[in-house]
Amino acid sequence: MNAKKLNELKVMLPAISINEGVARALVGAFCAQLNPTIEEIADLKCAVSEAVTNSIVHAYRGEGGPLYISVALYEERCVTVSVRDRGCGIPDVALARQPLFTTDKEGERSGMGFAVMETFTDSLRVHSRVGRGTTVTMKKRLL
Amino acid sequence: MIEENKLKTTVTEKGKTLTVTLLGAIDHHQAAEARKKIDTALFKHRPERLILDLEGVDFMDSSGLGLILGRAALCEELGTSLVLRRPSPRVKKIFAVAGITRFSHIQTEE
Repeated sequence: MNAKKLNELKVMLPAISINEGVARALVGAFCAQLNPTIEEIADLKCAVSEAVTNSIVHAYRGEGGPLYISVALYEERCVTVSVRDRGCGIPDVALARQPLFTTDKEGERSGMGFAVMETFTDSLRVHSRVGRGTTVTMKKRLL
Repeated sequence: MIEENKLKTTVTEKGKTLTVTLLGAIDHHQAAEARKKIDTALFKHRPERLILDLEGVDFMDSSGLGLILGRAALCEELGTSLVLRRPSPRVKKIFAVAGITRFSHIQTEE
């Protein structure tokens, strides 16, 4: 990102499900300074919700762990959100990103998390190492 | 700020129809309790029809989609027909991402 960074938020939250809403609220509140439209902020919060849920459900398999969320605001109304965990990692990222694919055997996971993240942001990058964790980085340029 | 991330699930029974009104945010956390309430009511009442009123759902991610599809599967097992009433714009947006414009065995009512 060549544009100048204007502001940044970094938080660590435990990967527990109550914090899905907390993460959305934090990202929403922080991005408000760019005066996004209601639709833009709703889409961004939804993408964050998906990434956080993935860490809780899949990375840590419901057993908890640290979640690192950072939000950076750049010139030209660009937002970068990254969600990082130290969970089990994804052996095949390309496979995981396929719509309807899920490793959840018992729950009612729709397998659409990555598809939602991709649809609601301009770019999505997933970096993962088995046994070490996953970082999901999403970029969105606000209108 | 936190209030906006809650979900209120109200179940009402009228004759052979069970109506579940969902108000607020359906994420993975909120879906768990909603699932329990809906399934308990389904097994208790065994209605002919289940209506999920989605007009007041102001946030839904793919966990909410999982909740709806899971209820659809359960309804099919129980022989209960499922109606999605007035899906909110956010709900419709998630349906669109999933490529679901029309469910084959679920009715949508505007």
